[in-house]
Amino acid sequence: MSASPNDTQDYVGFDTITQQMERKFLKRGFNFNVILVGESGMGKSTLINSIFASHLIDTQGRRAAQEVIRKTTEISPVTQTLEENGVRVKLTIVDTPGYSDQCNNEGCWIPVIKYIKDQHAAYLERELKPLRDRVIVDTRIHACLYFLNPGSRGLRPLDVEVLKRLTEVTNVIPIIAKSDSMTIEERTAFKRRIKEELAFHRIVVFPYPSDEDTEEDRVLNASIRELIPFAVVGSEEVIEVNGKLVRGRRHGWGVINIFDESHSDFVHLRNFMLRTHLSDLVEVTAQRHYEQFRTSQLRQIKELRAQQAAAAATGGAPPMPSQAPPQAPMASGVMHQPMTQA
Amino acid sequence: MAPSAPSINSTMSSRMATPRPSSYRYKSEKRGMTYNIMLVGQSGLGRRTFLNTLCEREVISPPEAPNPETANIADPMRFDTYEVNIEEEGTRISMTVIDTPGFGDGLDNTECFKQLQDYIEAQFDEVLVEESRIKRNRRYRDHRIHTLIYFITPTGHSLRELDIELIKRLGEYVNIIPVIGRADSLTVEELATFKQNVMRDIDYYKLPLYNFCWDESDSEALKENREIMDYTPFSVVTCDEVLDNEFGAVRVRRYPWGSIEIDDEGQCDFALLRYILLNSHIADLINYTEDVLYENYRTKKLEVGGFGEGEDQGDEENDEDDEVLGAKNE
Repeated sequence: MSASPNDTQDYVGFDTITQQMERKFLKRGFNFNVILVGESGMGKSTLINSIFASHLIDTQGRRAAQEVIRKTTEISPVTQTLEENGVRVKLTIVDTPGYSDQCNNEGCWIPVIKYIKDQHAAYLERELKPLRDRVIVDTRIHACLYFLNPGSRGLRPLDVEVLKRLTEVTNVIPIIAKSDSMTIEERTAFKRRIKEELAFHRIVVFPYPSDEDTEEDRVLNASIRELIPFAVVGSEEVIEVNGKLVRGRRHGWGVINIFDESHSDFVHLRNFMLRTHLSDLVEVTAQRHYEQFRTSQLRQIKELRAQQAAAAATGGAPPMPSQAPPQAPMASGVMHQPMTQA
Repeated sequence: MAPSAPSINSTMSSRMATPRPSSYRYKSEKRGMTYNIMLVGQSGLGRRTFLNTLCEREVISPPEAPNPETANIADPMRFDTYEVNIEEEGTRISMTVIDTPGFGDGLDNTECFKQLQDYIEAQFDEVLVEESRIKRNRRYRDHRIHTLIYFITPTGHSLRELDIELIKRLGEYVNIIPVIGRADSLTVEELATFKQNVMRDIDYYKLPLYNFCWDESDSEALKENREIMDYTPFSVVTCDEVLDNEFGAVRVRRYPWGSIEIDDEGQCDFALLRYILLNSHIADLINYTEDVLYENYRTKKLEVGGFGEGEDQGDEENDEDDEVLGAKNE
């Protein structure tokens, strides 16, 4: 509590709460969980490694002929702690190898939706414990990067199916990762079509408008929405361009600098995800998606209890005897019917 | 504007320059060779622009923007036929191209392979019937598919289940030539690695691609064909845009970081592939289809005995003739 230059008798000093919070934050660190959804070869691992400027995950695509073709979508989370200027983030990247990779992709989204809902369920369970941790470990997915296929004229049938379901449970950010095979005109046309189709199917992606938004927030969000889907190029390779070392890709006909805004939206995406909307992503997950999940789960328990009470009152056998009693409700195994409805 | 022949080997081009009188090519030069190509691949890999670039004009116009309502309903696979007459180095080719929009674009694509197989077999069956008629139609147009160009997604990894299944199922009915669509999304190193990985998968799964070296009689040609096989799968970049520069009209794709010239062999294999498809190997592809693939099919079909009734819109006289023929075959 050093003397502030404002120290007149009327200065109360509660504005130092921001510094107090910052100190707590620095001590505690925070969790940030991202899930990557897209068929293999769309550039998912390269992009996330580029965004965080470190080799976080390996690509899970098939490289050797002996590697078996996956028959189903697998969930593959990798957790690492990164530190920047004293701030620690426990970063979990969840890859989904096998998604949309088979001849028959019916239901390939089910493991993904289940995983996201399971994290909500796990958090709810921890929250409902009589003796709970001071800081609840947060494994909920804060952002879902959804990778679109460059070259398609718009959303594919699979995209529509999956985006509808994903946007109900998490913040979705649509991305074209290998956009270096699209000319600027093609990109513009593609973005326009995607926005039209998203609007038509009433698929709402992050950022969401909110009553708390200031004018500044609205302008920023509007400019973000203009860019969606982000046409990015990722690279873990550093190459030399005009004597400078940049992260980029070297083609036979030119060199792409991923940080060049005229080449790709990479900088915008990174700033959006990490520099302007990072805390929003975490907060909105808690306030919107988790709350929705929690409400529907608790309502179901209430209904279940009411049914059991009614059955007990009429003297009949308790309904659904296979389910465990409501006191231990949130273990993923018990209420598994509603949760895995994808 | 036709791209010049790539420098594979000068003897190759001279081999084609003077057609032997008995050769297929000589006989059909007057009429125009009948040549049927099928394009198969997921949407967005450049089938339409490939055809336009191949024929040097807009054969398939860009699709009009569909309504958002209908855009995402998975359309079943279609077979769209385009007739193109082109002239390549003095030879007239009467080409039919069959595009297959909808392949691999739905949620469940397992039906696509059967549809393709049925289509290809149907063309064989037509010829089988026609061949066995007493009175054959002199104007009969052969619709057998001589080449199937299969577009692979440039993932940079290896083949996907869809790719493997397709080649496995159709390789015995049609010459399959694999190409990498949108190859400009790969750097030079990535392309080399990808080609290697794909070929390793081809070997491992024993996938029946068109074997350029099937005719082992001509050792010169064999050497050249081995070199050509090193290029598979062919990297393809195509575009609709034509630019005028000091050398004339050039086909380019322009990016903020540079432009790629489609016809430049150093940048993609399009020019080589075009030469193979329409010049140097057109006869080989047709011959292999007729002499090997069709013959194998015919043998199998006749052994099984599923043939004998000729389909005819003709009169009773023809029916009797066919019955006689059926009896002879037994």
